[in-house]
Amino acid sequence: MTLIGQFRDWLINFMPEWAAYIVAFLVGVVAIIAFVLVMIIVFIYLERRLIGRFQVRLGPNRCGPEGIFQLIADSIKLLTKEDIVPAKGDFWVHFLAPIVTFAPALMVFAVVPFHKGVVLTDLDVGILYVVAISSISVVGIYMAGWGSNNKYSLIAALRAVAQAISYELPVVMAAVGVILIAGSLSLSKIVEAQTIPFFLLQPLGFFIFLLGSMAEINRSPFDLLEAESEIVTGYNMEYSGMKFGLLYLSEYGHTLAASCIITTLFLGGWQGPLLPPFLWFLIKVLLVFFVFLWVRSTVPRLRVDQLMAFAWKCLLPMALINLLLIGAQVLWFPKALPWGMMVVNFAVAGILILLWSRLFALGGGRVEV
Amino acid sequence: MALRTEPFVLNIGPQHPSSHGLFRLEVTLDGEVVTGLELVLGYLHRGIEKLAEGRTYIQNIPLTDRLDYLASMTNNFAYVLAVEKLAGIEVPERTEYLRVIMAELMRISSHLSFIGFLLNELGAYFTPLFYMFREREKILDLFEMVCGQRLTYNYMRIGGVSQDIPEEFLPAVKRFVAEMPRLVDEYEQLLSGNEILLARTKGVGILPRDKAINASASGPVLRASGVKWDIRKVDPYSVYDRFDFEVPVGSVGDVYDRYWVRVSEMRQSVRILEQALKQLPKGEVWTKVPGLLRPLRGEVYGHIEGPKGELGFYLVSDNSIAPYRFHIRPPALLNLTALKDMVVGWKLADAIVIFGSLDTVLGEVDR
Amino acid sequence: MRFERYGIGIIKGLMVTMKNFLRPPITLQYPEEKLITSRRIRGNELVWQVSKCTGCATCAKSCPQGNIEIVTHLGTENNYVVDKLQVDTGKCMFCGLCVESCPYEALFMGRSYERATYRRRELVLSKEALELSEDRQPSGYFYPRIEVLLPRQTLLLYWDREDGQKLCWFPWRKKANRGRR
Repeated sequence: MTLIGQFRDWLINFMPEWAAYIVAFLVGVVAIIAFVLVMIIVFIYLERRLIGRFQVRLGPNRCGPEGIFQLIADSIKLLTKEDIVPAKGDFWVHFLAPIVTFAPALMVFAVVPFHKGVVLTDLDVGILYVVAISSISVVGIYMAGWGSNNKYSLIAALRAVAQAISYELPVVMAAVGVILIAGSLSLSKIVEAQTIPFFLLQPLGFFIFLLGSMAEINRSPFDLLEAESEIVTGYNMEYSGMKFGLLYLSEYGHTLAASCIITTLFLGGWQGPLLPPFLWFLIKVLLVFFVFLWVRSTVPRLRVDQLMAFAWKCLLPMALINLLLIGAQVLWFPKALPWGMMVVNFAVAGILILLWSRLFALGGGRVEV
Repeated sequence: MALRTEPFVLNIGPQHPSSHGLFRLEVTLDGEVVTGLELVLGYLHRGIEKLAEGRTYIQNIPLTDRLDYLASMTNNFAYVLAVEKLAGIEVPERTEYLRVIMAELMRISSHLSFIGFLLNELGAYFTPLFYMFREREKILDLFEMVCGQRLTYNYMRIGGVSQDIPEEFLPAVKRFVAEMPRLVDEYEQLLSGNEILLARTKGVGILPRDKAINASASGPVLRASGVKWDIRKVDPYSVYDRFDFEVPVGSVGDVYDRYWVRVSEMRQSVRILEQALKQLPKGEVWTKVPGLLRPLRGEVYGHIEGPKGELGFYLVSDNSIAPYRFHIRPPALLNLTALKDMVVGWKLADAIVIFGSLDTVLGEVDR
Repeated sequence: MRFERYGIGIIKGLMVTMKNFLRPPITLQYPEEKLITSRRIRGNELVWQVSKCTGCATCAKSCPQGNIEIVTHLGTENNYVVDKLQVDTGKCMFCGLCVESCPYEALFMGRSYERATYRRRELVLSKEALELSEDRQPSGYFYPRIEVLLPRQTLLLYWDREDGQKLCWFPWRKKANRGRR
């Protein structure tokens, strides 16, 4: 029984059943949206400040104490800006793109468990839902690139589609490994199954999922579609005002979603000793986000063909091998769980990474023209 | 049925984050692959060569600051050397050493900003740039201490330098020289081994040895292609023949080699600085040179190894107070001529990186 | 060439950024905290000592921009009286050649670097605006005797190491310790 369900049952005492359903869900949705928006603000603030620290500077610290109102000032600026649509742009596509991009970021949180039973809908096919929904946003990015009628944006849009399609596969394959061990597609059940966090049980899957998620949410080093030094932030180049704001928010919304999903699938979700579960969940989410930040502030960007090669030649085969391994272990050695499995999987992950690193040659990529 | 396709022409610049100033690359793309490239120069043309013909020899020194604004000190140095050659002026020994110290500090500073910008073009989100600028800031502080400015130094004079160094300068430089190798090691740890950087730069934008020579490339770009050509060694000016240093030479001529050559040159510059500081003599810093210098009729070409390559000044004197002809051989412009050969066939992202690896400063290219 | 480092390079790079993450920031909050500039700073103004000026206009001749305008008339005591001395600091590039050429030590570089104005015409400094006064002190550029009187420049090189200028990471201790002035 989820928290929403209990609330609904309590509401039924005061109102007809249909009204109780609607009220309970509305409350849940509002709570989730509030959580997401607040977390996005926290993320943007943290990103600015912490990247500042990584770059031995301070980051924004003028608006309010330690700069916490910076984002509010920014949003006021964005809201008061003129909304410009390119003269030869496709108005409706241009108009709808931010919405199509932002909505999936919100919808993912419908199935994320924040606590035991604290989940909007405990879908039985939760992980499938997450994968399906989160890949819609790339349509929005493509629309933004197309509707802008700008060459840089168009390049970004095409890169985005290629990238999203390529990285969807290894991510799903890695998630299937989790499903095999947990024995359920529901995210709540996956969390409950993690007496040991799954990143210890299948390090390779965690590695693939982390990198794949980074690529899906366009974080560095896979931030090709907003590559500032090449295509000048790409798809959101022709956006201004709150439309740009929405695209910006959706970027962090997807980051938050990816952090939450990684926490849920691999880091044991809300489980943890001593501290209250919700706090554990937040700590883990912020930890994942910190890793994203850390990587972003360190590494350069991959090239587009290297990005594709990394997905198809490196992550996908490794994900398949990982899946095979996990499947075999679950099928034939269920008794060996979890410690033997952990040792074997770490060894296999190490060997695979070594082997695959040797396969990659440097220096290719020139095309005769 | 074949699809009807048409070339996709993309203007990179003149306002673009990676255009190093005002510059336009007209790129023809096939998908992501660059099939054609045209350089459009001249957005920053200020007519420095013509301006210089109307000014006295000493008044032209501030003008040379505005050429390669990331390495003003070496511009001063090259110009002053050319004028001294033209007028036959001997310079005190202490001045020679001071000039070498300044030039090598400037070289380190210029290479630091090169590495920072190259990494930014590779897509590292400003972090290496900030680290490099932290070290560059230390050098700029030293220059500010000596000559009062941070970008346009105007320090060298015909026959000397404008002022002797203040007494707190030497301890500061010694400290800088002592800590610089450790910092270079740290940045090499951050960058040189990074797999993504290797994948993006190794084998990319190869400029073969013969093409580099034909394009009259110079400086780190030429040395990365495997030509051991450093004017400090082959035609020693000032007191460079007294120092013991090596000329790092690349093997392939790709972007990584250009990066590596510059990192190694920073280490060699530190070596030169150590020796120069040890040998620095006492004495005067200026020989008496008339304010309105009138060199005898004649022409001269003076060149030095600037951070970006061979920086030369060709001066013609007609025995008046201003040069009759003032021509600059900018290293960046001549290195740019090889760009098309390097870029065609690579991806759009590589085009930006290859352009960045030439370390162009548009103030020098357009003059 | 093979890709044989197995991601070790990236991990080393991550360690370097983490090391820098734990270092204190090197930026400072400009209007509140200020650096002490060089003793020889060529600031955004010129300082003119009337009593020493003979009106010889050597500065005007030495200016690469032709930027110094000086008009004199013959005075009673066999001297020149300066009627007009005008420098357009909007055109000036602060090369310091005028200061170096002045034979009577009457012209100095100023120390101010905060001379932004709203109008371009406010950048034109007339005779009165150029004069030496309490708040318009000369810098030590080309004048070592002035230079020794000025405070030492703060250097990033000695940051965090000398004179108790310790930086700290945590913002709540920042106010007490940060700032180089």
